[in-house]
Amino acid sequence: MAFDTKTADVEERIEDGALLSGSAQFIDDLPFAVGTLHAAILRAPHAHASIVSIDSSRARALPGVAAVIDGTALAKVSEPLMVGVKIPIKCWPMAVDRARYVGEPVVVVLAEDRYVAEDALDLIEVNYTPLPPVIDPEAALDMNAYVLHEELENNLGSERTFRYGDPESAREAAPRCIAVKVRYPRNSCTPMETYGVLAEYDPHGTGYDIQANFQGPFSIHPVIARALKVPGSKLRLRTPPNSGGSFGVKQGVFPYIVLMAACARIAARPVKWIEDRLEHLTASVSATNRVVELQAAVEPDGRVTALFWDQIEDVGAYLRAPEPATLYRMHGNLCGAYDIANLSVRNRIVMTNKTPTGLNRGFGGPQIYYALERLMQRIAQELELDPLDVIRRNLISSFPYRTASGTTYDSGDYVRAFDVALNDGRYGELLSRRDLARAAGRIYGIGLTAAVEPSVSNMGYLSTALTPAQRAKSGPKNGAHAAATISLDPVGSVTVQIDSVPQGQGHQTVAAKLVSGVLGLRSKDVRVVAEFDTAKDAWSIAAGNYSSRFAASTLSAVQLAADRLRHRLARIAAGQLNGRPEDIVFAGGRVHLNGNPEASISFARIASASHWAPGTLPDDMDPVVRETAIWSPEELAAPTGEDGINSSLCHSFIFDFCGVEIDAVSGQVRVDRYVTMHDCGRVLHAGMVEGQIRGAFAQAIGASLFEEFAYGPDGAFLAGTFADYPVPTVLEIPTLDILHIETPSPLTLTGAKGVGEGNCMSTPVCVANAVADALAPKCGAVDLVLPLTPARIAEFLDAEPAAPEGYQPAAPTTGKGLTGRGRAKVSASPQAIWDLLMDPEQLAAIIPGAHGVTQPSEDRFSADVTLGVGPVKGRYKIDVALSELDPPSSALLTGRAAGALGMGEGTGHVSLTVLPDGGTEIAYEYEARVGGKVASVGGRLLDGAARIVIGQFFTALGRRAGGQRSLFARLFVWIGDGK
Amino acid sequence: MKPAPFDYLRAGTVQEAQAALAAEGEGARVIAGGQSLVAMLNMRLARPTLLVDVMHVAGGAEIRVERGQLVVPFAVRQAALLNRRDLLSEVPLLAAALPWVGHVQTRARGTVCGSVAHADPSAEIALALVALDGRVHLRGRGARRLPAAEFFTGMMQTAARPDEMIEAVSFPLSQEGTGHAFNEVGIRHGDFAIVSVAAIATGDRLRLAIGGVNDTPLVRDWSSLDERQVDDALNDLAWSLDARNDLHATARYRRDLVRRLGRKTIKEARQCAA
Repeated sequence: MAFDTKTADVEERIEDGALLSGSAQFIDDLPFAVGTLHAAILRAPHAHASIVSIDSSRARALPGVAAVIDGTALAKVSEPLMVGVKIPIKCWPMAVDRARYVGEPVVVVLAEDRYVAEDALDLIEVNYTPLPPVIDPEAALDMNAYVLHEELENNLGSERTFRYGDPESAREAAPRCIAVKVRYPRNSCTPMETYGVLAEYDPHGTGYDIQANFQGPFSIHPVIARALKVPGSKLRLRTPPNSGGSFGVKQGVFPYIVLMAACARIAARPVKWIEDRLEHLTASVSATNRVVELQAAVEPDGRVTALFWDQIEDVGAYLRAPEPATLYRMHGNLCGAYDIANLSVRNRIVMTNKTPTGLNRGFGGPQIYYALERLMQRIAQELELDPLDVIRRNLISSFPYRTASGTTYDSGDYVRAFDVALNDGRYGELLSRRDLARAAGRIYGIGLTAAVEPSVSNMGYLSTALTPAQRAKSGPKNGAHAAATISLDPVGSVTVQIDSVPQGQGHQTVAAKLVSGVLGLRSKDVRVVAEFDTAKDAWSIAAGNYSSRFAASTLSAVQLAADRLRHRLARIAAGQLNGRPEDIVFAGGRVHLNGNPEASISFARIASASHWAPGTLPDDMDPVVRETAIWSPEELAAPTGEDGINSSLCHSFIFDFCGVEIDAVSGQVRVDRYVTMHDCGRVLHAGMVEGQIRGAFAQAIGASLFEEFAYGPDGAFLAGTFADYPVPTVLEIPTLDILHIETPSPLTLTGAKGVGEGNCMSTPVCVANAVADALAPKCGAVDLVLPLTPARIAEFLDAEPAAPEGYQPAAPTTGKGLTGRGRAKVSASPQAIWDLLMDPEQLAAIIPGAHGVTQPSEDRFSADVTLGVGPVKGRYKIDVALSELDPPSSALLTGRAAGALGMGEGTGHVSLTVLPDGGTEIAYEYEARVGGKVASVGGRLLDGAARIVIGQFFTALGRRAGGQRSLFARLFVWIGDGK
Repeated sequence: MKPAPFDYLRAGTVQEAQAALAAEGEGARVIAGGQSLVAMLNMRLARPTLLVDVMHVAGGAEIRVERGQLVVPFAVRQAALLNRRDLLSEVPLLAAALPWVGHVQTRARGTVCGSVAHADPSAEIALALVALDGRVHLRGRGARRLPAAEFFTGMMQTAARPDEMIEAVSFPLSQEGTGHAFNEVGIRHGDFAIVSVAAIATGDRLRLAIGGVNDTPLVRDWSSLDERQVDDALNDLAWSLDARNDLHATARYRRDLVRRLGRKTIKEARQCAA
């Protein structure tokens, strides 16, 4: 059955009135205390650098500035954030002595308003000594790689190997071994609303009171409390009524909770901080990038008998809680939807000079399925089989199913879902479209993906990263509670409190629908409160908005609470109606005995009885004003001694296929048709399920074709705006055909399973498989790296026509940083020019925007300069050292510049050649690297800007040198760089 | 992401705006639609001491036809020009290029002259202005008109002096028998062009203008170019540009686009001319 929104059960969402009318309240809308200070954060422009000194005296002197706080001050009132695996590194929320990624907080300014706070940032001078950046995860494991954390001997945070079944024998017995190596990039689902924190500290006993758009899991609460050195009871953490999307990302606000709370304590004033978009893209949180080598032992018919995973997980600069969860969340699902009994795993966690990673929609799934499903396609290609047959022959066919690594797949019918998808999704038609397109010379391909989408995480899965011996020492961890409270007020109206911290999904609507159904009320009669308050609510470490837990888990708690409440109210009603509780019917806002609807009592009278007339209650009954249910699935046990782990409770199934066409002119990938089949158990709200699928699909198209948190080889962050981190808009998101079958989960009270993350897992690899299929007739099997940008695809299209004879590149191509060269003819002698270059007073006049040049030693110059292009200008301190001096012929200049907009360094070689007419040809070549803000937001223009700034210098040099001879002649001609 | 302090003047007349620019010197900047400048202010990439707002000057938004030119004054929003009823017949290249300028939302605020003043290497309006031999009308203490090719001196750099503002830009009206075409490839629709191509065909004569590769729009003319010569001509052109690698595209990809998109655009322009 095709899923049709016109006939589906689409109900209005309670949330939408406020959201669509703009009256919904988000963190930045909340009132804050009188005297609140506004924070701005100075962030590291370097990927890796020692902090030699911080001079904030000018910032402190700025009117309106209340405090300037650095890592040393922070360390006096807090402790490092706890690390999930037992390694001794120190994870501070602000750099202490050393900065390890671009964007790492270095100093916090607290001021009367954010404008003044940002003015003050410009006045702080941090003296850094750059250290070698470690960017590539494989290179980070090299013996000679610079070590990020001095407490460790290398950059390896954790290494574990696992063996299930007998993979080696299976490999020996198999006729073929087929392998892929893939690199999954860094990306994020970029919520519309950025992070925000309101923090207060009461030194007189109540401790910290924090409001933040944190999303959970609340296992982070004890991490925050410990970092702030208070018991959990003195850390009140509340969430605002609305949060503008999260997708996992707002878990990552927690280091800023610690940071701002500590600042509030130090300043003895409330503090407000709202993250801006540049901060968010640069330094909030990212999904992990991962290098995977995956090998399969394969039978001739495509049956896989064993898998060998070798994964290198790049968590960025710190192993920040809850990492390495991205790697272990899928540990029970490493064979995906396939019946494979033998499994070998090697997991390595590596630290590099990049932003620390954390939760992100799909959490670990995209990385796993990108490797596994690329491998399944490769198996079909190498064995010359139909990829459909390879999937079908390996699909799990009976349930419940125990995976090799110890997870139970609760329910499913993968083969039926697969067959229904092919039929209702008209796969045959897609094959014909491909045939027709290829016959017309177009580049068209089809991709397939099968995936299992886990939901309701076992809070104990992370301990799989520890050895059984370490686990025995620290005690077992497991489970995934959900909590819900239903309250009855004195007029009998119903309020439900849930623990799921929604960020726009519509949890209130579904919870209201469920409770009103149980109690015979209308949805609108039930108020659902989703603001979270650790001081008042029932909650556990598993609370929060992650692992698609709401429909399966939180709603099970709501169901449990509603059923219990109904049972107790039925006893009250039975007493008043002279019947048995089991015969009581709740309907239409009234209560009556089955078969006698005429003699009814209003629901409100029964529900308010405990407030007004406890004497009317049955004798053995406590007053019924509130029912809290904690739902705890017993299946989620701790890891076994053999490292078996039931990592999640529920397992949805997805089968996707798509057709893509590659534009022969632009190389752009256009998704022609995309079909996604879901079995997410019982569908509780068809419109929201559809919304979840479409939302995940849209973000997955971003991951497939557009988005990457890109870093330069020097660790410069290059994607600081939505121009350089291109999230797809409605124009780039293809249409989607959604299909469903339902096999309810036997393990949840609702029968529902998670649905919100699936397409983030399945779609990137499905699109990649289709692109690989499109390229296959011309290129055979190809290795693809996401995102599949047109420039990357173009490499696979026609070979480039040769350059015309006599072609000379405008810039030397060293492949490192920005490069350029230029030449100028000047009517002055080499010696005259040389003398200018060696004279600080002359240089002050030549260097564009120089505010004075000093010469600290014979071969060094320092200057304070205003550099820029057009309106983009910034003030920098520059230091230039001269070496390889060969007067008056050549010199090597090594320079460094640093300012509020960022920093750069580079080398330039200058040579002076005397011309027959007595003039001089100045020739120069340079290579430069730029980092900090300008690199993050202006990547597209940096090359040109470097050329202009360097060109300006030589223009001025030529003008000054030539000017001494003849003021009026046209003195020099540019030859290089397109001039 | 809050701007550094600056002064703000809402100018009532061009004379007032110009006098303020002259008095302030290098630190002054005209603000019109603000679609580039405000982002630069917020990121503190630009730190003008004075912003002169010209959007409230009377008459600044009235497009006129004057001596064979479509004259677009300083306060005309991109959307207003795109929505002009006769634009397709008056300046067909603009009608083809303007939908590529940002998005509906940014065109509703951004101005035509503001885009020219900003001089982004990927800007479609700048490319069209250069391709059509349009002019930039500058108002300083006096008035002068510069050919577009002389106005754009580098990336985000123009020949305008600090005391000058753009009073208008003018585009020659289209002549009978001339064909125009415009194509562009960006990451998403509305993004900065990786490569944009404008082609103008008149009889045997052909002009191609390339944006997004060099620091300023590049124009190449051929007195005749038959079908067999097109590929070689485009390959020579592609290699003669200063194509570079950046985050989104390689130099090679930019050359690919000059060749492939160039061919497509030439074909479309010639079809229009026929």
